[in-house]
Amino acid sequence: MMPVYETWSAERTAEIIAQYVDQPGALLPILHGVQAAFGCIPEPAVPILADALNLSRAEVHGVVTFYHDFRREPPGRHVLKLCRAEACQAAGCDALAERAQAKLGVGLGDTTADERVTLRPTYCLGLCAVAPSAMFDDRVIGRLDAKRLDALLEETWA
Amino acid sequence: MGVSARVFIARDAGALAVGADDVAVALARAASRRGVALDITRTGSRGLYWLEPLLEVVTPAGRVAYGPVAPEDVEALVDAGIFDGGQHPLRLGLTEEIPWLKRQIRLTFARCGVIDPLSLDDYRAHGGYRALERALSLGTEAIIEEVVQSGLRGRGGAGFPTGIKWRTVSQTSGPQKYIVCNADEGDSGTFADRMLIEGDPFVLIEGITIAGIAVGATKGYVYIRSEYPHAVATLAAALAAARREGLLGRGVAGSAHAFDLELRVGAGAYVCGEETSLLDSLEGKRGIVRAKPPLPAHKGLFGCPTVINNVLSLASVPSILGHGAAAYRELGHGRSRGTMPIQLAGNVKYGGLFETAFGITLGELVDRVGGGTASGRPVRAVQVGGPLGAYFPRALFDTPFDYEAFAARDGLIGHGGIVVFDDSVDMAKQARFAMEFCALESCGKCTPCRIGSTRGVETLERIINGDNAEPNIALIEDLCHTMKFGSLCALGGFTPYPVMSALTYFPEDFRARPRRLVAAE
Repeated sequence: MMPVYETWSAERTAEIIAQYVDQPGALLPILHGVQAAFGCIPEPAVPILADALNLSRAEVHGVVTFYHDFRREPPGRHVLKLCRAEACQAAGCDALAERAQAKLGVGLGDTTADERVTLRPTYCLGLCAVAPSAMFDDRVIGRLDAKRLDALLEETWA
Repeated sequence: MGVSARVFIARDAGALAVGADDVAVALARAASRRGVALDITRTGSRGLYWLEPLLEVVTPAGRVAYGPVAPEDVEALVDAGIFDGGQHPLRLGLTEEIPWLKRQIRLTFARCGVIDPLSLDDYRAHGGYRALERALSLGTEAIIEEVVQSGLRGRGGAGFPTGIKWRTVSQTSGPQKYIVCNADEGDSGTFADRMLIEGDPFVLIEGITIAGIAVGATKGYVYIRSEYPHAVATLAAALAAARREGLLGRGVAGSAHAFDLELRVGAGAYVCGEETSLLDSLEGKRGIVRAKPPLPAHKGLFGCPTVINNVLSLASVPSILGHGAAAYRELGHGRSRGTMPIQLAGNVKYGGLFETAFGITLGELVDRVGGGTASGRPVRAVQVGGPLGAYFPRALFDTPFDYEAFAARDGLIGHGGIVVFDDSVDMAKQARFAMEFCALESCGKCTPCRIGSTRGVETLERIINGDNAEPNIALIEDLCHTMKFGSLCALGGFTPYPVMSALTYFPEDFRARPRRLVAAE
């Protein structure tokens, strides 16, 4: 399933904050909530979060940029994550990653110009006994091969 | 007709990744067309991943397995009479008699793949919550003593005695104490935590609850990595069910003990698997490693005494308390007692989860259990213990699976993952990857890890390009020494293991490489 993101709004951000702010160590749950809503952590959210949690903007910025999951831009309509860790390397993921990059004309971590798909590296999906593995939107894929990869890339047109 | 049948198909992410849902749908359709009332229970995985999607049919003799089943096999399987255990080329016989499963000693994973993971009735019918009952009757001191006596050591990799950790927290006073379960299973080649949480979440909840009662903690957190959405969903549902039935909350299982458990999701930082970094992350900060002391047992989460244990350590506790410490301690080798869920991964013929007593040799695991490579080519190297583990050549396959035996050979068992590589692997590139990964995931607090990893990538790049191999190899050895002894945590401290083992056992991949001219950019 393709996620549908909301357009940025300060009110919606305040709602998300209110949902988690009473938990100890609320920043990560809030950031996950913000990203689930908007597809990324929009820049104007940072001072609002800092204010709500009594943190400096630098502290919030530090957390947002520390974790690989949090993004500054929303992803393409589809996201294809290719596992690049050792178990998948042993099973031939390097060639698959090269194939995906060549076919899409983007590097790992980039989004196609038509915003059709974002290609991301990931380091272990825990599917190491059915390697090489991938995640296409919310679907997990094991025993990935060139044919299956091509079929997934074809699906990105949907 | 009134014909009915009962089958089991896994809903574990590993099974879903190879089409278990499609098989379930095809089977439901085929049964309905034939007027068979079919009851499909979705379970965790048995861990025999090369056989997934595995289909198990209930027969009077027991569960009969078929696999690996593709959706297009389903019609022929039904025509062959699988609902009565009928013959078919994919028939594997009784599941429990499959040699790969039968050889194992399944304590922690006893129920995984057997029961409906979200059914408390199923869990109880298979011995669940008997350990908590016993724990409540034993009292806190005796619970801790039992865990100490079992010899259980941290299954996350460090191997610290779990009971000693618990005793330290129990003897430390604080306004609030916490149990933190580390489910940030980031090591490539490991999936035991994921499999257990998706296949038997209540055993983890029970183990954490017992830990809470033992040390006097009333609050616990499970920190799961975001790369495991299926595990997150299963555990969230299991926590809700446990709360509904009074197994978490104010009076746990009708006792005077209060204990509640919350689920927190990581955000893609490998270093958060390191315990102090995980605590900072739980506090809502960047996952920066803390200097020890103070130990988390004294000053952990929010500065309070905290037990932080791996999923497998906590999930082993119900089995230990259920069967007694002596039975657990009897198993094992040297100072490594009990069982270890070993994970066979990568280019391996029979990949999956193999729980057995410590002491089995690496060669037996790779060649006999794993069946060698999936590609059919010779095994050249295996990496044991994740991205910070050493690459072992065949010459070291006599190493017994045991914390001390691996350490004696400059390796580690880590979280029990074994990644198999065939003879097409380029060990210099694997060494470079180890440094790249360290550079990518370093929290940045200490210099050897933050800077050393980047210098390591550059130097290995020169070696790979055939540029002055000898002096650059000497530089890598020096750098690894600095990282090993100068880093604050295992990320920088253990990255030298894969690098140095590759260099030591596979020198031909580093030396005498053809000189490749690199264009100036």
